Amino acid sequence: MTFADWISEPVNWFFLAFGLVVLFCGFRVVTAKNVVHAALYLVGALAGTAALFLLLSAEFVAWVLVLVYIGAVIVLFLFGIMITRAPTGLDEGLDSEQKALPALLSAAVFVMMAWASIDAFGTELITSTGSPTATELLGQSLLGRFVIPFEIVGFILLAALVGGITVARRDLTPAEEEERSAV
Amino acid sequence: MIETLTSVFENFWVSLAGKLLLVALMVPLIGMVLGFAEMKLSAKMQARVGPYFAGGRWGWAQLIADGIKFFQKEDIIPEEADAPVFKAAPILVLVGTVALFVVIPFGPGLIFNDLDVGIFYALAISSLSTVGVLMAGWSSANKYSLIGGLRAAGQLIAYELPLVLAVVGTVIMAGTMSMQGIVEAQIAAGYPYVILQFVGFGIFMIAALAELTRIPFDMPIAESELVMGYVTEYSGFRFLFFFLAEFANMFTMSAIAATLFLGGYWLPGVPEDVLEFAGPFILLGKVFLLAFAMIWFRWTFPRFREDQLQSLAWKWLVPLALVNIAVTAILKVVL
Repeated sequence: MTFADWISEPVNWFFLAFGLVVLFCGFRVVTAKNVVHAALYLVGALAGTAALFLLLSAEFVAWVLVLVYIGAVIVLFLFGIMITRAPTGLDEGLDSEQKALPALLSAAVFVMMAWASIDAFGTELITSTGSPTATELLGQSLLGRFVIPFEIVGFILLAALVGGITVARRDLTPAEEEERSAV
Repeated sequence: MIETLTSVFENFWVSLAGKLLLVALMVPLIGMVLGFAEMKLSAKMQARVGPYFAGGRWGWAQLIADGIKFFQKEDIIPEEADAPVFKAAPILVLVGTVALFVVIPFGPGLIFNDLDVGIFYALAISSLSTVGVLMAGWSSANKYSLIGGLRAAGQLIAYELPLVLAVVGTVIMAGTMSMQGIVEAQIAAGYPYVILQFVGFGIFMIAALAELTRIPFDMPIAESELVMGYVTEYSGFRFLFFFLAEFANMFTMSAIAATLFLGGYWLPGVPEDVLEFAGPFILLGKVFLLAFAMIWFRWTFPRFREDQLQSLAWKWLVPLALVNIAVTAILKVVL
């Protein structure tokens, strides 16, 4: 399949457009000179990724991405940034000196992912059915065939949550306890 | 004639444009109707007259006049503000609201798009508004705006959870997440789900009030403490966007609650073929009933304190919603 063939299909225009948006936003996340701007570019990158999932007819995954990442994770990011320090304008201190090592790491991850997908699928074309995956099917496979991995993941997440709270928690000293109860 | 019209509307792009136009007309209209209702009802509850002169009778043209006024105003952007974020914030808030109209069923077959994940989509897309509110609060470079934005974020995160969990009970009962499917399941069952899901309905309405940042949950824009919270620096049509989003959101939240718990466009005893025409009006009736309750609460309850708000969400609503899910799931399997 040549590029001309590929680009002649309307679905691929959208794929290209959303892909470019994701790449641009991802690049700006690390280069933006303002923490809040970086977080907002991350919103763009995640929204673009959700759009790519929609193109793949994976409707449920796309909206999970919007609800969990944009609606909760990014909001918590922004909340955390704003509650600590949030000057408008540029923050030159954000420009990290260490650029070579992260760049190398990112390139390595990219090569690994690209190699893995080319190795697995090569030039094989997977045609989408066009109709979105029924949520019922997803639920049945999650609680049928994949029920044990699903439960294990749930258990690990719960353990991580409890662990996170234990690490972040600091027991009050008796003096602080008294002060707290006085209010 | 009708055949040509139908065939024209079957074209994807034409029907898309038609649907967009319809939503674009509906949002300001609904905003005006609910805004006017709020003005007049508030006046009634406070023994005032309310809008009186504009339009001649009852001051019905008050909000049209207000809308024109907002468009004439200068679009002020504070010098210290982060202009692109400041400009984008009201648009994002309005988008998060308008996109909710897609999945509201107004009648059998009368829905913009009956998504398979309907209610889940609604909950996901409405979270975009939260990002918009945070953007508005931060980019204004104003301490009142920032505190308002922070309060809004803390509140919206806390109440998103009970909102989602309250819906799960209904989804378990209906066995589908499609909004149209949930109404059909209620028709098949012969009763609106509020009869068995009254706990879910209560939690949903409380959480919806908090998501709308309406009294008694209006700390993010508490006038007596924060001027107008995250909206403080906005003027002209950008303020109008926030205003429209608030009332359109009141409508969509009420419509979702009506669809999930009150049978949507269906009333017991109304035959199927009448629903085709009466459906939208039945839904509107239920929506206005819920919206009236929201306006009524505004003049009934005092504002919560910030810690009371958080403990209500995390210590009461979330555990209650979880118990509701467990009981519903057990009953669904046992019965």
